[in-house]
Amino acid sequence: MPQETGQRIPILELKEVRKVYQMGSISVEALRGITFTVKQGEYVSIMGPSGCGKSTLLNLLGCLDRPTTGIYKLGGQDIAKLNDDELSAIRGERIGFIFQSYQLIQQLTVVENIELPLFYQGWPEEKSREVSVRLAERVGLSHRLDHKPQELSGGQQQRVAIARALANDPIVIFADEATGNLDSSSGSEVLEIFDDLHRQGKTLVSITHDSGVAQRAERIVRLKDGEVESDKKVDKSMVEA
Amino acid sequence: MPAAPISFSNIKRLFRLGVKSLWLHKLRSLLTALGMVFGVSSVIAMLAIGEGASYEAQEEIKKMGRENILIYSQKPTQDEQQTQGRSSFVLEYGLTFKDVSRIHSTINGIRVVAPAREIQEYVHFQGNRVDTQILATVPWYAEMRNRDVIKGRFFNQIEMDNKWNVCALDESVAKDLFPLTDPISKTVRVGENYYRVVGVLADYSSSEDEEEDSESQVSGATNIGRMYIPIATAQAQFGETLVKRRSGSIEAEKVELHEVTVKVADMDMAVGTAMAIRTLLEKTHNKEDFKIVVPVELLETAKRTQRIFSIVLGSIAAISLIVGGIGIMNIMLATVTERTREIGVRRALGARQNDIVLQFLIETVILAGVGGLIGVGLGITIPFAVTFFANMKTVITPLTPIIAFGISALVGIGFGIYPAMRAAKMDPVEALRHE
Ligand SMILES: Nc1ncnc2c1ncn2[C@@H]1O[C@H](COP(=O)(O)OP(=O)(O)O)[C@@H](O)[C@H]1O
Ligand SMILES: [Mg+2]
Repeated sequence: MPQETGQRIPILELKEVRKVYQMGSISVEALRGITFTVKQGEYVSIMGPSGCGKSTLLNLLGCLDRPTTGIYKLGGQDIAKLNDDELSAIRGERIGFIFQSYQLIQQLTVVENIELPLFYQGWPEEKSREVSVRLAERVGLSHRLDHKPQELSGGQQQRVAIARALANDPIVIFADEATGNLDSSSGSEVLEIFDDLHRQGKTLVSITHDSGVAQRAERIVRLKDGEVESDKKVDKSMVEA
Repeated sequence: MPAAPISFSNIKRLFRLGVKSLWLHKLRSLLTALGMVFGVSSVIAMLAIGEGASYEAQEEIKKMGRENILIYSQKPTQDEQQTQGRSSFVLEYGLTFKDVSRIHSTINGIRVVAPAREIQEYVHFQGNRVDTQILATVPWYAEMRNRDVIKGRFFNQIEMDNKWNVCALDESVAKDLFPLTDPISKTVRVGENYYRVVGVLADYSSSEDEEEDSESQVSGATNIGRMYIPIATAQAQFGETLVKRRSGSIEAEKVELHEVTVKVADMDMAVGTAMAIRTLLEKTHNKEDFKIVVPVELLETAKRTQRIFSIVLGSIAAISLIVGGIGIMNIMLATVTERTREIGVRRALGARQNDIVLQFLIETVILAGVGGLIGVGLGITIPFAVTFFANMKTVITPLTPIIAFGISALVGIGFGIYPAMRAAKMDPVEALRHE
């Protein structure tokens, strides 16, 4: 196993990444030199107490923001040098997002929400509709294609969000407290889909403060006060037992 | 890296999306579009009404004849009468046959001169009596003044030369005298004289022609119909001194000719010729006892007035369009704020700033465009209603609705850009966190 991991391509590479928020004369250093790598096919959890910088880190990883200093490479590409349009293109082509509060667009139906990333990739309508319907099936929502998000339960909405995150066939999926708003059964449904994606070779980075959720990953990166506190493999034999 | 290109099918999808988003807040969208509806409809309606009003005025002036110069006798002002120190019982003023022959012989390029004089009298037929103005004139008067003969004919040269007692009547006079019968070849009476009716003329509606400004044809109270007789006949029968019946007092006036119409070969000559006539007449008339009206000049004035009218109405309408546009901008700014999270999500899913601009701009254009279309419909309807209920002529030039709609779309884009830019410039991270 370790040998195999060593050969895999690095998808995310962070070197001494710092993020400083300037609020007037006060500057808050949310990230203070983060260094770690996520390789292709890895399932990594990022854990830590509230205010430790998890969301800040995810915004950087997801190319929604740029580090103040340090290097961040996504799929080998240095993010710091890209302009706004190029960042948008990277997000649209290579990244899938899953948010705690689902973030579905209310006036669109399930299938329209799923195909939204493809719209921004300039896909023709029929083709993106086909892909979206297939993805809705995959997350068990083929009977809800034309429903509006508010007509669905939280678990169903989050599954729509997962399907949407998969639409552009991203090289990495970021989940921010994906099960945070869900009851335990809906939450475990979502986690099962994650396991499934992992088995199919998707790269997943999941932020959580729930250690039960974190244990589902193969590796846990713990943050504290904007620094990496620990970076350990999960003992699978213990979890599966 | 193919990011969403601005293709026709994408625009189409964005339109559908825009309609959906607007449909989510039907009432708000409707109220917002109303600003545009009223802006556009007022542009069209106001211009149609303005156009109609001036069209009528211009048609009337055209009827007076664009090649004509109208010279009227005019009672001198009280001042002039006194400074003249005339104590004579009979007030003598106005144009004379001498003036006519002087104009004829002195001024070049004149085609026809049609002198006429007015006599106020009652005309009788059997039991009917109508107060009328007898216009003694020349046979070519009707043709020269663009009067339509609707029955029979105008009197002719032979009748004039022989001083026969013939007459033509205005339609209103004919109707009052002969409510049931055909007036042609009937004989009407004025005082002791009898005249055979040879024709009927369509009523003349002009406010400029009449000395006593007649406001409307319909009321009939102020507008007196005319009876036309050969001027030679009139001279033989009425002489030149007229006793005018005025409310309360009796006045005697001596006027040879009440009006003279001069026709020039080309309408471009009208103004210059009129000036020459004025100079000529001023040499022999030592008081202001005549008035020269040049229809071409009136037409110019009417056109100028119309332009000013159109500019004023257009400005009012433009302001209402701008107000409508500001209304749209206001709502779009609120919409953008309300949909901050949606914007954040779209940005996270790969939307570029331009995609966001386009999305919100299209929503504004839909609002303005739909409002504009309804406005065009309403704006075309209003003039018909005005014509129907207020009996005013209205003219919708085909270009106005197109222009009005085009402007509404432009206003939509103009006032939509700022909110759309604001949406696009949002920081995706902040937008996603927005509550
Ligand atoms: N936009 C911002 N402006 C200023 N400070 C911020 C901003 N975002 C986060 N912070 C600060 O950075 C630190 C890390 O925040 P965050 O990444 O949200 O932590 P977590 O998601 O782990 O709770 C906190 O101290 C927070 O106050
Ligand atoms: Mg957080």
